[in-house]
Amino acid sequence: MSAHSIDIHRVAKLARLELSDDEATHYAAQLHRVLDHMDTLAKLDLSGVEPTSHALPVYDVVRPDEARPGFSQQQALSNAPKSVLDQFQIPKVIE
Amino acid sequence: MPKYIVTIGLEVHAQLKTQSKMFCPCPVEYGSEPNTHTCPTCLGLPGALPVLNEGAIEKTVLTGLMLGCTTPPLVKWDRKNYFYPDMPKNYQITQFDLPLCIGGGVPLYDLAYPKDVQKNIPNPGKVVKLTRIHLEEDVAKSTHHDKFTTIDFNRAGTPLMEIVSDPDIDSAEEAFAYLSSLRQILVYGGVSDADMEKGQMRCDVNISLRPEGQTELGSKIELKNLNSIAAVRRAIHFETARQTEALDRGEVLLQSTRRWDDDRGETTLMRSKEDAHDYRYFPDPDLLPLHTADILARVSPSLPELPHQKRARFTNDYGCSAYDADVLASEQSLAAYYEAAVAAQPTVAPKKLANWVLNDLLGALNDASLTITDCPLPATALAQLVAIVESGKISGSQGKEVFAAMLATPGTDPEAIIKEKGFEQVSDTGALEAMVDEILAANPDKVAEVKSGNEKAMNWFTGQLMKASKGKANPKILSDLLRSKLL
Repeated sequence: MSAHSIDIHRVAKLARLELSDDEATHYAAQLHRVLDHMDTLAKLDLSGVEPTSHALPVYDVVRPDEARPGFSQQQALSNAPKSVLDQFQIPKVIE
Repeated sequence: MPKYIVTIGLEVHAQLKTQSKMFCPCPVEYGSEPNTHTCPTCLGLPGALPVLNEGAIEKTVLTGLMLGCTTPPLVKWDRKNYFYPDMPKNYQITQFDLPLCIGGGVPLYDLAYPKDVQKNIPNPGKVVKLTRIHLEEDVAKSTHHDKFTTIDFNRAGTPLMEIVSDPDIDSAEEAFAYLSSLRQILVYGGVSDADMEKGQMRCDVNISLRPEGQTELGSKIELKNLNSIAAVRRAIHFETARQTEALDRGEVLLQSTRRWDDDRGETTLMRSKEDAHDYRYFPDPDLLPLHTADILARVSPSLPELPHQKRARFTNDYGCSAYDADVLASEQSLAAYYEAAVAAQPTVAPKKLANWVLNDLLGALNDASLTITDCPLPATALAQLVAIVESGKISGSQGKEVFAAMLATPGTDPEAIIKEKGFEQVSDTGALEAMVDEILAANPDKVAEVKSGNEKAMNWFTGQLMKASKGKANPKILSDLLRSKLL
């Protein structure tokens, strides 16, 4: 049993997922295993190792600020379940 | 009732003037047909990879240099996770713990304050401290219709710079001055056009009140949907009054976000602390960290002279009044016009040229709804006219007439207009001296009057001479001649 407690419903809400009770139990168990693995990592002696955000020592990949055409309007909208006024149509949202 | 201390911090988003988007080469162009500047990356299609736009990074670093920020040696980009239809990959790429710029400040210029408080600025020369500036991507544009919402992805993924101030602003007027000064500086650097009414600059306000004597800041209330610098001022006034009343009633204010409605002139609750977002930032594995030393070295030479530096030079080197220098330096193209005029006529006092540019030229342009950039009159031509007036060849009022004619028919030489209008003055000293001698000889009684100390009688001579010359005698030479002969 894991030492962690996960509010699986809060996590699901943040990820916009609807989980049944069975699914919630199922995924909570999986997430606990991930956190347990973090505990294992936390036990390693990492003194002298610089914190990094990326695994590979590769840096400074940029491109010049030059514009190039991409999709046509028709291509851009071709995946839209619904489109109107040359735009993606979605249910009305107001924050 | 206790008095309250108002504390304000601003988060400003500015669109960068780049050719292409932040993480893909789609063109940055506003006002195009919807969804004509998209690709797999900015549509958030699975598997598409972002690549950093070097130009956007340079413009952000330049902004940092202009505002006295420091740039960490290594920066990176992070994912900010949230779900909203204007952001299809369900995270925004932004910078979390290692932004491009840290610290610095925005100087509040006198003329950046609202006109009604310029004469009574509470903290003159104040510099508002900045927390950080980071570079992220903008979202798509939603349009809300009656029964549905539509989304245009042309703006999605365009470079957006977020400038975050410390809670270092004391009033609505300082917030107004902060935004106007910041805009001036961003325009000076060619970084952004920063027009709030066009959405090129957007601003969220954080405001809190605390009773005098309390050191801990009050609950932070965030204001959104502010679409002009004037609206920011109005919203802060409203919110200060609302929070004051609430605190006086003994209410406890809770951290929350409120929407400003400019038509109704009030704020309404959008969400409270319980609904606050949890963005779960983490480093974007698709983008590699970036060393900044080379970028800083490359950008430093393009650091422009800033408005306050220009203003100081105009007062010191050109003898402009503080106000004139402020106005001249407020717009780069106006300052450039003025300096071109000064350079064209080095013998004319720069202060005189400033008067013509600020009073006559700006007035005329304003009447014609023109800006200095589409001024039909070249700076050299205006300077030439001012030189002619200053030499005394034509009078000041004749100069204004010639000026109007030059504006009406651009490209005409002032000398030609002077000839055509018959303003050419007689400056031939020999000819004028003969006239003077003649009139003095004919009026010995007036001569005696002057000599006995009635200098007013001099004006009578001048008047007679101007009449005799049909107004063409050079008044300065006439006056010099009369004085040398009579006094």
